Amino acid sequence: MSALGFVRGHGMSDLITMGDLSNDEILEILDAAERLLPVANGDVYAPLLQGKVLGNLFFENSTRTRMSFESAMKRLGGEVVNLSSVGSSVAKGETLYDTMQMVDGYADIAVIRHPRQGAAQYSADAIGIPILNAGDGAGNHPTQTMLDLFTIRQDHGTIEGLNVVLVGDLRYGRTTHSLSHALVRFGAKLTLVSPDSLRMPTEIVGDLQSHGSEVIESENLSGAIAEADVIYMTRIQKERFPDEDEYAKLAGIYKMTADDLAGAKGGMIVMHPLPRVDEIDPSVDSTKHARYFQQAFNGVPTRMALLCRSLGVDVPKEVGE
Amino acid sequence: MSEMRRVTAICNGTVVDHIPAGKALQVMQMLRVDIGRSNPISLVMNVPSGKAGRKDVLKIEDRELTQEELDRLALIAPNASVAIIRNYSVAEKRQIELGSELVNIARCSFWNCITQNSREPLPHKLRVVSASPLDLRCSYCGRSQSIDDLAESIL
Repeated sequence: MSALGFVRGHGMSDLITMGDLSNDEILEILDAAERLLPVANGDVYAPLLQGKVLGNLFFENSTRTRMSFESAMKRLGGEVVNLSSVGSSVAKGETLYDTMQMVDGYADIAVIRHPRQGAAQYSADAIGIPILNAGDGAGNHPTQTMLDLFTIRQDHGTIEGLNVVLVGDLRYGRTTHSLSHALVRFGAKLTLVSPDSLRMPTEIVGDLQSHGSEVIESENLSGAIAEADVIYMTRIQKERFPDEDEYAKLAGIYKMTADDLAGAKGGMIVMHPLPRVDEIDPSVDSTKHARYFQQAFNGVPTRMALLCRSLGVDVPKEVGE
Repeated sequence: MSEMRRVTAICNGTVVDHIPAGKALQVMQMLRVDIGRSNPISLVMNVPSGKAGRKDVLKIEDRELTQEELDRLALIAPNASVAIIRNYSVAEKRQIELGSELVNIARCSFWNCITQNSREPLPHKLRVVSASPLDLRCSYCGRSQSIDDLAESIL
């Protein structure tokens, strides 16, 4: 029930940051996502969420996150209602609190992306249905992290103890904030490559180091390629810069080409949450290292597993039987 | 010379002692005793103190501050001592306590936090990650808060 002036913590069914999931829960969700792969592919129909309605609330642009949540819900037999800030009462100045009261009545679970940091936690405090954070400003993007971990495990067979290089806008990049938090809990060695002005916020670096993992900060990508198991590229995000001149100085600072990967380990994978601008040259697409399109598809089974978990629906050991 | 000789003893009210030197005006602001109040207030700043070298002292007449009001001070004067005075005697001593969360004491100072919209109705909440050194983070956006910025964002 909503609680104006009465604060409740979010329950087990919300996913606001990766801190809401234990390591065991992360692994259970990845296992469930793997079992759901044939459903995500469309090979098997498993109406596990029949009769349930997802509220897809996107106050900010999205392609993959929005579509993969919608695809995940529909392939599991559920329905989706959409809201975007354009054409809704949000454009008329409605508070997030009031908007969420409506959603509480219209849907069984809500996915929210919002330009303001903290919007997902605020929504979870405002209403009772489960809230999944699909990106809040430069804050967190935990469902992206889950699909990233799923992709890493597909190739490496584990998410433990890997050498991961995160590249680009680490200051404003919410995907790298969430992913780095998860990886250090599994003993990763992290190399954070960014220009000085886009370094990972110091409080996040402090949190990462407190887990006892090795965290190296650098401005040089080429020196980090040879040892990497995963290189995670990100876009310099124009929309996060308060100052456009500052953006112009940094746009295009990291550009990876197929030639740059000549000295990489054979099993190294290149990931990107997409959209890319020019940080990964199309020549990389045809190399054995490219995983970003597979990663985007993995949003569907992973988000299926997350929807099931938040709605309290068990994913059977043999899906479709 | 002790501070007690600098300022007359009060008959009834609250004495906040051992405020870090120079912070008394901020303390008044946080206790909301600096505006629109008719109570007499005595303030001494930078007086010698055995504990901390120098300190500030605040005496508020005819008003007994509540524990909730005093707990606001945990942000800038966690080691201040508080005495409730009745008829020139110390009737009660109170400790300032830093709980696990500060609710509606200060607004998150991060420019892009959801709580920056003043029309959003849920309470402002700051989570205490560590008491010493003091590390406060907004319960919604998770950003660490600078104590100086928070003093400007007192509700």
